[in-house]
Amino acid sequence: MIAETGLAALWLAAMLAGLQLLLAWSAVAQGNDDARRLIRPVAIAQGVLTGLAMALLILLFIRSDMSVYLVAANSHSAKPFIYKFAGAWGNHEGSMLLWVAVMSVAGAAVALFERELDRRTHIATLGAQAAISLGFYAFLLFASNPFKRLDPPAVDGQGLNPLLQDPGLAFHPPTLYLGYVGLSVAFSFAVGALLTRAVDARFARAIRPWVLAAWIMLTIGITAGSYWAYYELGWGGWWFWDPVENASLMPWLAATALLHSATVLATRDALRAWTIMLSVIAFAMSMIGTFLVRSGILTSVHAFAVDPTRGSFILALLGIYIGGALALFALRVHTVNEGARFDAVSREAMLVVNNLLLCVILGLVFVGTLYPLLTEMMGVRVSVGPPYFNAIIGPLAIALMAALIFGPLLRWRRDETGAVLRRAAPALIAVVLALGAVIAFAPRPVGWLTAFGFAAAAGVAVASIAPLWKRNLRRTPLFTYGMVLAHLGCAVSLAGMASESAFSQERLAAARPGDRFEIAGTTVAFDSVMPIAGPNWTAMQATLTVSRNGHVIGVAKPQARFFTDPPTPTTESVQMTRWNGQLYLVLGDALEDGRWQLRIWWKPFVTLIWFGGGLIAFGGALALVGRVRRGRKQGRAAATMAEPGAAIPAGATA
Amino acid sequence: MVAIASRRQGPKRKHQRLVLVLLALAALIGGVLLAMSALRDQAAYFYTPAEAKAAHIEPGKAVRLGGMVALGSLKRGANGVTISFDLTDGKGTVPATFSGITPDLFKEGSGAIAEGAFDADGTFRATNILAKHDERYMPREMEGIQYDPETHKVKADQP
Repeated sequence: MIAETGLAALWLAAMLAGLQLLLAWSAVAQGNDDARRLIRPVAIAQGVLTGLAMALLILLFIRSDMSVYLVAANSHSAKPFIYKFAGAWGNHEGSMLLWVAVMSVAGAAVALFERELDRRTHIATLGAQAAISLGFYAFLLFASNPFKRLDPPAVDGQGLNPLLQDPGLAFHPPTLYLGYVGLSVAFSFAVGALLTRAVDARFARAIRPWVLAAWIMLTIGITAGSYWAYYELGWGGWWFWDPVENASLMPWLAATALLHSATVLATRDALRAWTIMLSVIAFAMSMIGTFLVRSGILTSVHAFAVDPTRGSFILALLGIYIGGALALFALRVHTVNEGARFDAVSREAMLVVNNLLLCVILGLVFVGTLYPLLTEMMGVRVSVGPPYFNAIIGPLAIALMAALIFGPLLRWRRDETGAVLRRAAPALIAVVLALGAVIAFAPRPVGWLTAFGFAAAAGVAVASIAPLWKRNLRRTPLFTYGMVLAHLGCAVSLAGMASESAFSQERLAAARPGDRFEIAGTTVAFDSVMPIAGPNWTAMQATLTVSRNGHVIGVAKPQARFFTDPPTPTTESVQMTRWNGQLYLVLGDALEDGRWQLRIWWKPFVTLIWFGGGLIAFGGALALVGRVRRGRKQGRAAATMAEPGAAIPAGATA
Repeated sequence: MVAIASRRQGPKRKHQRLVLVLLALAALIGGVLLAMSALRDQAAYFYTPAEAKAAHIEPGKAVRLGGMVALGSLKRGANGVTISFDLTDGKGTVPATFSGITPDLFKEGSGAIAEGAFDADGTFRATNILAKHDERYMPREMEGIQYDPETHKVKADQP
């Protein structure tokens, strides 16, 4: 019954989405008052229904209902509870249901909480959201029904890919999807504003919290995913430039650009058409990401549960929605008036530089990711990997960091070069000092890209806190703190990346119990290897005693695991975190003569990479809270004053 | 204030938009040129062993080599971490070496992709080996290739 109820809820939600689209059309095009009143409850009901469907699917997985095809194919009754729960989205159908659920819950949230937008644009936005939801309902119901029954029921399930049996699964896909699909809201806002010809600062103030929320989720999702791949794959790398990773990076780059251009539009009423364009691009990147991951069209180390026929469905949706939005943009762009002017030396101009750099990086990642597909159609098989991405993204990222040093120090509209340089002097001194220190004191020669990485990190760290300099810290708005922390996070993360790539040390050996290794002043003693059994796996577990200056600082137990359902070997590495880095230990294969392969890395300050990512997300969250509170306060102030033309101070950051 | 500023600078308004569009175009063109030159230098071409032999790849050029690990060819060096093996596609065989911990599903008779470069004597020195942690996995480049462990023959659906 549960599966049938879930399916019925989905069909009902799809019909409500259709109704929502009709109501929006009727309200916006014909000014129908009943439609105007009805559309919000419909959007909310639609969100509730898909939320219910998702909850029911999770319930089926928890109960291990083997009469449901999806559960039988992807779950197993002996699986630990958390993986039954999270396994609901560890497969194609379930993850698409999660996508649709997030999309319509986001639509319901827009119906419930959006106050800034004018009524007509709000309704047009809900209509656009319903239109994109409809396509994904069709995809779900006709091409990937998660509630399909299996007759007769399976005795037990085939299990979940052991690589996914990790706490990361409970956390990573939902946050990433919240980010991906949250960008659909930005897309709908853009379409709504184009339809009602309401592209202005008010629109930007309305769209900003939604973009910010999606962007925070994407940041968390990418950071968590990177750490997950780092410890789970056991290769010691934290970013592989894999198509699936790029699929999450591209929407993030677009959303980062959108966030900054929306700030220009909200504060200074400039970059109108560009902001609309970015909203469309950001969601296009989300859909392309979904297409890449779900179709399995590209070689990937992360891809699982792939099916090419479904790819064409998503590609068709992509063509319809993005093509439609771009056509609308082309038709309406002449009605979008040019915004306010600004000088070549101004915060706006630097944010334009930020946007151009982010878009060029986005374009290069896009080309690198899809190029193999293009050449394959012409009969040449090519793989584009880290050599391409590192060679071109690295320098551009450093250039972006250089812009980040100056951006927050510039005044809006117009500034003087000399004054800017004076303000940036501490940061520039930090750049020079860091560069000198790296060249002079590095224990081994460092590549120029890494050296500039350290220098840029130092400069950004100093420049990012400069907006707080000489200010009353208690009266500084929360969103300014948010900006400061997010920019500081970039510096922290960059420092971690540079340190990891410059100073990592590695030992690779075949060892017998009793052997000892020295790495970065630490002694790793290989004590023993013992068999061990878990709930649905068996393993060989090594005991490694780690000591420093004769003091034992920890015992690491890396495993070579073998899962039974489905039968798959995995490597369970161990990371020992210290304040100045991580010791990364991997147990490899057993050799015939009784030795074991051991791989040990010392990665100084590698944890800064993810700590910085966390800071960026936390800064975003502070900015979001600050913006929403400011918006509420201004809304109340405007309501109590009720005086036409009462000046609402623009939400200018420092 | 905004209105005053824009009225005063009225005649120049189109000009600013044009400058921004030109900037964006310049960035776009620059990006495309950068991508094309980087792709020409950095894209690793994928070869099967037979293709690699026919192509006479210069030593040191980064490529990906995909094939089956021939049965009976996997040997481990005395240090325990260096392995040598033959990659085959049935039409050609390339000897390869690798130092490190191999992926969990790297074994004789299964598919693998090796990243690395040829050295002067024609041995492929792999710096990285890709083999998915999933028994159902087949590298995308190797779709349609089947290996018969009995006869050592590899069948390809297309030439």
